[in-house]
Amino acid sequence: MDTVSVPAPGFGAAISPRRRRMKTRLPAAVALFPTALIVLVVYVGCMLWTVRLSFTSSTLLPKLDWIGLAQYNRLFVNDRFVTSAENIVVFGALFIAGCLILGFLLAVFIDQNVRGEGVLRTVFLYPYAMSFIVTGVAWQWFLNPGLGLQKLVRDVGFDTFTFDWIVSQEMAIYTIVIAGIWHGAGLTMAILLAGLRGVDEDLWKAARIDGVPTWRYYLSVVLPLLRPMVVTATVLLATGVAKLYDLVVAMTLGGPGIATEVPAKFVMDHLFERNNIALGTAAATIMLITVLAVLAPWVYAKYVRPQGRRA
Amino acid sequence: MAAVSVRDVSVAFEAVRVFDGLSLDIEQGEFVVLLGPSGCGKSTLLNAIAGLLDVASGQIFIGGRNVTWEEPKDRGIAMVFQSYALYPRMNVRENMSFGLKMAKTSRPEIEKRVHQAAGLLQITHLLDRRPDQLSGGQRQRVAIGRALVRDAAVFLFDEPLSNLDAKLRNELRVEIKRLHARLGKATMIYVTHDQIEAMTLADRIVVMKEQKIQQIGSPAEIYGRPSNLFVAEFIGSPQMNFIKGKLEANGAGLEFVSGKRRLPLSRYQFTDRPSSGQEIVLGVRPEHLETGEGGTWPGFQIDIVEPMGADTVIWCSDEKDTIQVRTSGNRKITPGERLALGIDPTQVSLFAAESGDRL
Amino acid sequence: MNGVEPRGPRPRRVTIARTGLYAFLVSAALFFLLPLWIMVVTSLKPMEEIRRVNIVALPATVTFEAWAKAWSSACTGLECNGISVGFWNSVRILVPSVILSIAVGAVNGYALSLWRVRGANLLFGILLLGAFIPYQVFLYPLVRIFSTAGVYNSLPCIVIVHVIFGLPTMTLLFRNYYAGIPIDLFKAARVDGGGFWTIFLRVMLPMSTPMLVVATILQVTGIWNDFIFGLTFAGRENLPMTVQLNNIVHSTQAELAYNVDMDATMLAALVPLVVYFVSGRWFIRGIAAGAVKG
Repeated sequence: MDTVSVPAPGFGAAISPRRRRMKTRLPAAVALFPTALIVLVVYVGCMLWTVRLSFTSSTLLPKLDWIGLAQYNRLFVNDRFVTSAENIVVFGALFIAGCLILGFLLAVFIDQNVRGEGVLRTVFLYPYAMSFIVTGVAWQWFLNPGLGLQKLVRDVGFDTFTFDWIVSQEMAIYTIVIAGIWHGAGLTMAILLAGLRGVDEDLWKAARIDGVPTWRYYLSVVLPLLRPMVVTATVLLATGVAKLYDLVVAMTLGGPGIATEVPAKFVMDHLFERNNIALGTAAATIMLITVLAVLAPWVYAKYVRPQGRRA
Repeated sequence: MAAVSVRDVSVAFEAVRVFDGLSLDIEQGEFVVLLGPSGCGKSTLLNAIAGLLDVASGQIFIGGRNVTWEEPKDRGIAMVFQSYALYPRMNVRENMSFGLKMAKTSRPEIEKRVHQAAGLLQITHLLDRRPDQLSGGQRQRVAIGRALVRDAAVFLFDEPLSNLDAKLRNELRVEIKRLHARLGKATMIYVTHDQIEAMTLADRIVVMKEQKIQQIGSPAEIYGRPSNLFVAEFIGSPQMNFIKGKLEANGAGLEFVSGKRRLPLSRYQFTDRPSSGQEIVLGVRPEHLETGEGGTWPGFQIDIVEPMGADTVIWCSDEKDTIQVRTSGNRKITPGERLALGIDPTQVSLFAAESGDRL
Repeated sequence: MNGVEPRGPRPRRVTIARTGLYAFLVSAALFFLLPLWIMVVTSLKPMEEIRRVNIVALPATVTFEAWAKAWSSACTGLECNGISVGFWNSVRILVPSVILSIAVGAVNGYALSLWRVRGANLLFGILLLGAFIPYQVFLYPLVRIFSTAGVYNSLPCIVIVHVIFGLPTMTLLFRNYYAGIPIDLFKAARVDGGGFWTIFLRVMLPMSTPMLVVATILQVTGIWNDFIFGLTFAGRENLPMTVQLNNIVHSTQAELAYNVDMDATMLAALVPLVVYFVSGRWFIRGIAAGAVKG
């Protein structure tokens, strides 16, 4: 973008064009300075410091010694950490897939000229406005075997119905998935619906004349067109996966036992309650590396690879 | 038996009636153009014939069959859209065969039809390309190809050339006309707002305005004997000249009187019984005005001369009217000159001033 | 086919497909509404009824005493002053954080999109990248910095934190918005002699209303619903509502008064819900603007 530099009246040719340009841009640079500072100190500095701390033996307070990869070794034999890593993978896969599929179905079905479209959209999207704590509390309540769904179904007559996932070691993580999908599917739907609305109307007409059944139309014609939206939604959802913390705290507190531990909670616990800064930062560093590893191909595909066709 | 018969059809959009009792018959093999300004309902009519829109009342027959309740795919039609509407992630071959696949046509049959259509449209070398790798003109050919493979009896075109630049438009216009000739029995219904496309392509033109049919006729009829003011104004470039005046009876018959100017109308063919004293509008096309010696209407001064090469258009005026005259490009004319115009009463059109209908 | 002559609109046959469609949508709607329903219904029931009756039943006796209790006497941790404390804390955190983060984001977006500053794109790139990285990576050193500066566990601390972590989204939002404004407007202002701040305050800002609305909605929702920053940086006197809610629900002290819990939950959910219902289309526009990155 070009900036037009116009000399103020009475300005002689005393200053060279380059310095004049720099002078007019100075306020912009000054305005950006606080952000630059924050980026340097927080986004770069704190990140590096966290990594540095992971190589120490700090417990309650930071100690700048160097013990190499000892903390990382401890991590990989730490039950809690290993479980949290497994959990986040399971959660991530199911959550993203679940939100995408449910979101897609909701978007497509709403696109069928249904009555009450506005009401339905409002209903599907409101969970996104809820805090994860509220979400977690409400779902924990509903899935509580003694008070919620199990009791409800039993009261109706099905005496042997059990739904005690939330207190079960193997199934607890799936309750978090359910609550997560409840929270995020609406957002996915909104994004995909926006994409659907951008599809050329004549395409549907051509498909009708060609005799393409509705489901085939959405799958073969529309879905490929929605790819950028799907990518956007996936990226957004994936960001949420890495940050999963509030929901677990509210729903299960990591329990029963350590069945629903997640990396973010592992880090928080060790930094602030278990007084093991080094172990906590080591876990945080692992999170960092994972995120960067997942991000890199996407950044590459989006910003580095497209030759000529710059968006 | 008409190829397409629209009987007393009304279409409604969200409680607004777009047509009311519209009827139209199209013969087999005809090339009919629905012509009119945007919003006149021509696309709506086309979509109703295609089955993409429900009719609020009335019936639609295609090939003698009542298709009012049939799905578009069962009506024996094919359609070409303004925005091409090609399936974006499929290549040309897949685009053209998708409909046939849905109809469970056999593979060899699909191959055959695709190759035939591709040959006709000269797109055989594009069969493996994707739409985003094609130019606008190529895409439109593929869209036509997709319509061709359906082996339909009726082809519907919804402003197919509007997205193309002028040169391409001319090219493809001729191709479509050639296609119609080659396909013999194919009936084509073509929607456009461009009168040149209508005049050059149509066997019959249906001129529409505000969801009502103004006139149906061959291009010659529409051009030479427009049935109302709107049609007269819409067709023809440069536009027809209009002069307001009155009908007066004198000894020999009726005369057109406008200010000091008179034109005897004994040789004019009236379609409607005129009455003396009636306010009327006289319409005369720029090429039907004589500028030689002996013009019965003197006193026009030339304002602007527009040389167009083959022709020259002269803008001249008197105190009341401004007239465009088309004359040969070889003549030397200068602005400021005085001109006398001669009018042949058999070439004019008279319209009632109030209703706009032809007299 | 029977002897009916087709004319007029196609008969609306109730197909399996159409019924299935509505069935799915209605079931989905029930799925999404269920927690809200439960919260409302439970919060209005007296305690005995909760134990007795199932979770989705309407209250036989509607009582608001649990609401009052939640608001003013529920126990969060050691204190028992109700969640109203948290409510006002959240408000006190919300207002400056929203204003500041939007202000900084707008200025950044303006500077990045219209003024060529060296290294600005790199800055923006790092900022965007930082948005994807989990907060835990930055958290501890940030705590130490605030601690050393002496402002840890205070209102200014949490406000600054919200500004810091709101920067990527806010800057992105406004940068894209200002990049979409015709640049001739900007050039005309420069020719008229405007400088950086004049143009921003007199020309750009007045034009930014739609984006300001969207940004406000996003930030209000995000900051009100925040838990982790409030927990870590706000300090005991400033704990926001979400943290208090968590404490109430997981409190090990008093008996589990479910209806009080539900009321507290509803009170915590109220503000974002109201924002959501009032803002309607703007909410979705905000998501679209924030979601379409780059």
